[in-house]
Amino acid sequence: MRAANGKVRPHFGPIAEWLAKTPAKRVAEKRREADLLFHRVGITFAVYGDEAGAERLIPFDTIPRVIPKTEWDELAKGLAQRANALNRFLEDIYHGQAIIKAGVIPPEQVLKNPGYQKEMRGIDLPNGIYSSIAGIDLVRHSDGKYYVLEDNLRTPSGVSYMIENRKMMMRLFPELFERQTVLPVEHYPAMLLETLRAGAPPRVRDPMVAVLTPGQHNSAYFEHAFLAQQMGVELVEGPDLFVKDNTVYMRTTSGRQRVDAIYRRIDDAYLDPKAFRKDSMLGVPGLFAAYRAGNLSLANAVGTGVADDKSTYPFVPEMIRFYLKEEPILANVPTWQCRDPKDLAHVLENLAEMVVKEVQGSGGYGMLVGPAATPKELTAFRKLLKANPANYIAQPTLSLSTCPTFVQRGVAPRHVDLRPYVLSGKEVKMVPGGLTRVALKEGSLVVNSSQGGGTKDTWVVE
Amino acid sequence: MLSRVADRIYWMSRQMERAENMARILGVTSTMVLFGTKETREQNLLAPLTITDSGERYFSQKKPATLRGLVDFLALDPENPSSIYSCLRLARENAHAVRWQITSEMWETLNATWIEMKRVRRADLVGAAATDFFDWVKERSHLFRGVTYGTIVRGEAFNFSRLGTFLERADNTARILDVKYHVRLPSVEDVGGALDHYQWTALLRSVSSFETYRALYRDQIYPIKVAQLLILERRMPRSLAACFEQVTQAMERLQGQHDRAARRLAGEIFVRLTHADIEEIFQGGLHEYLTECIADMHELGGRIQKAYLGTA
Repeated sequence: MRAANGKVRPHFGPIAEWLAKTPAKRVAEKRREADLLFHRVGITFAVYGDEAGAERLIPFDTIPRVIPKTEWDELAKGLAQRANALNRFLEDIYHGQAIIKAGVIPPEQVLKNPGYQKEMRGIDLPNGIYSSIAGIDLVRHSDGKYYVLEDNLRTPSGVSYMIENRKMMMRLFPELFERQTVLPVEHYPAMLLETLRAGAPPRVRDPMVAVLTPGQHNSAYFEHAFLAQQMGVELVEGPDLFVKDNTVYMRTTSGRQRVDAIYRRIDDAYLDPKAFRKDSMLGVPGLFAAYRAGNLSLANAVGTGVADDKSTYPFVPEMIRFYLKEEPILANVPTWQCRDPKDLAHVLENLAEMVVKEVQGSGGYGMLVGPAATPKELTAFRKLLKANPANYIAQPTLSLSTCPTFVQRGVAPRHVDLRPYVLSGKEVKMVPGGLTRVALKEGSLVVNSSQGGGTKDTWVVE
Repeated sequence: MLSRVADRIYWMSRQMERAENMARILGVTSTMVLFGTKETREQNLLAPLTITDSGERYFSQKKPATLRGLVDFLALDPENPSSIYSCLRLARENAHAVRWQITSEMWETLNATWIEMKRVRRADLVGAAATDFFDWVKERSHLFRGVTYGTIVRGEAFNFSRLGTFLERADNTARILDVKYHVRLPSVEDVGGALDHYQWTALLRSVSSFETYRALYRDQIYPIKVAQLLILERRMPRSLAACFEQVTQAMERLQGQHDRAARRLAGEIFVRLTHADIEEIFQGGLHEYLTECIADMHELGGRIQKAYLGTA
């Protein structure tokens, strides 16, 4: 909220003023009200490894994170550029592999990657789009610049919180919206539906869309149900679908019904026991054959994991230059590839200052934050690194920007990141803003909800 | 509507109705065991096991035939799939799986019921407290049905909920009436003594129709009239005829034409109930008649499952 000179940044002025004027008691009351409402609506998530699949609320912070529109416009350009390049990359590596032939990215980085699906070679997708929905995680450095932390091109989640947080803020603090023009985000489901329909097999005139969920025990089930309901489409589980003559149908009470476009929230490996993991109970036998035959679209496509792998990430700026002949608008965080002995040596030497992540990891599991780790944890991680260096990448610990946040003692600065959702159909679209996640522990840099992070409403203001 | 979703809604409604019926049966049993000789008390005690077809399961656990043991088994046993405890748990689980296709009030009713059920202790189900518990279960079921009727859009979810409710209720009414056969063979003229009067009265009360009987017939309690009321009387909402009126109506509202077998059977049962004569039923044997009804309903349940809900 403050610039380097200590002054409140102008776009945050109205909120700072409101914070100063509003009695703490009233704000505390509003927070309790928010908790109650979230519980009643059932906006919960399941935590893995928790007994009995307990349902919990993600802590919601009532102080919004504010981004000036001029800043957002620049971000949006950078996000669209990045999503375009990543989709071009995916199309290329499953077709002519020009980027490998040009020597921009080593062949083993792509072809040996666990996210690379050989079955996708030569399949043409509508509009050449692989990642229809991309969640691109950004952090704002204390130097005022935004950096891309990671790309999520498989099944990025959290967008339901973006929408529900806004609804909650408008309900709790309508007066705040009178002081500033906050750009709306509520039309996201309509945009998503349009994107899914745009990606459907071209010869279907009025495509039937469905959301495919692993079921109610999945941590993001609330979101799957929410999006299906908001789009007005069926929420299906694997056993609700079957494939006949390379066509996918739903089992309904009035007989079978054809499905053309599936927004799937199931990993590649579990989609179809005939094509991928044979033990999958979540998938639909024959789905992939229908997909190959062009009778079905999947969002996101199979095989996008190769592009959001953390060891592929360092190549994204080069992809932008290679496919778009443009300079990247958004910067990457400098990244060391531990499978490179030189990089590994550097990481081991500076481990206490670095953040180390698993290349295929997500959700904040299995990572090390050097400055926050105990000497014992550092020693243990050193062993892991040496045993399987190719499994890790490392980045310097960034000095992230903070946002005022309610904590036990009152309002205090906490680190935040930002995940905008980029939709690629016939064109690239996004709603202004995204999901702001906040690390509620003092000094912590880990914002994942599974690791005690919370969320905030994100305001892009005129 | 997705078959899986319809299946959940249908079973959610059946399980809630089943919990209510179990509470009714246990409520009346707790009263019945207070009357009569040692032998009739024992017979009455075993009636709930006969009605719910769970005698074999009960005695395989070598439990003594006491009221306490029975209430443990039929109200609280998590291992018994038709106990009140299990029914409320399953109804809530089914609702949870389709909470986006039912109204939030329906979900909240079943969720709150289950949360309270988990707090019930064995010690709470003795004497007068047991009656309070059975009344509570009935009230929660009334509430759920009322909330459903008052909030849900008239569409497939509503239709499958009604179907589940009334098929379950019809099955239960038939079984409750049939149990008198096991207790005492009915004969057309037999009025029975004071004891028998209590038993028939209790039976009527278990299906909330003692006052209705008095109002409609203004007469002593005759078994044949009790049977008339519970089988053929369409004005009595727990009678077989009334239940099947609802079942056939719900089925007519369902979309699709691929389920002739189920619709035909529901229609046949309803027509039979509409045109039956109670004297003829008694001449052919009440027990035989009810056994056939129960078998038909079982067959109908199977056909509904196959036509609409998937076999899973």
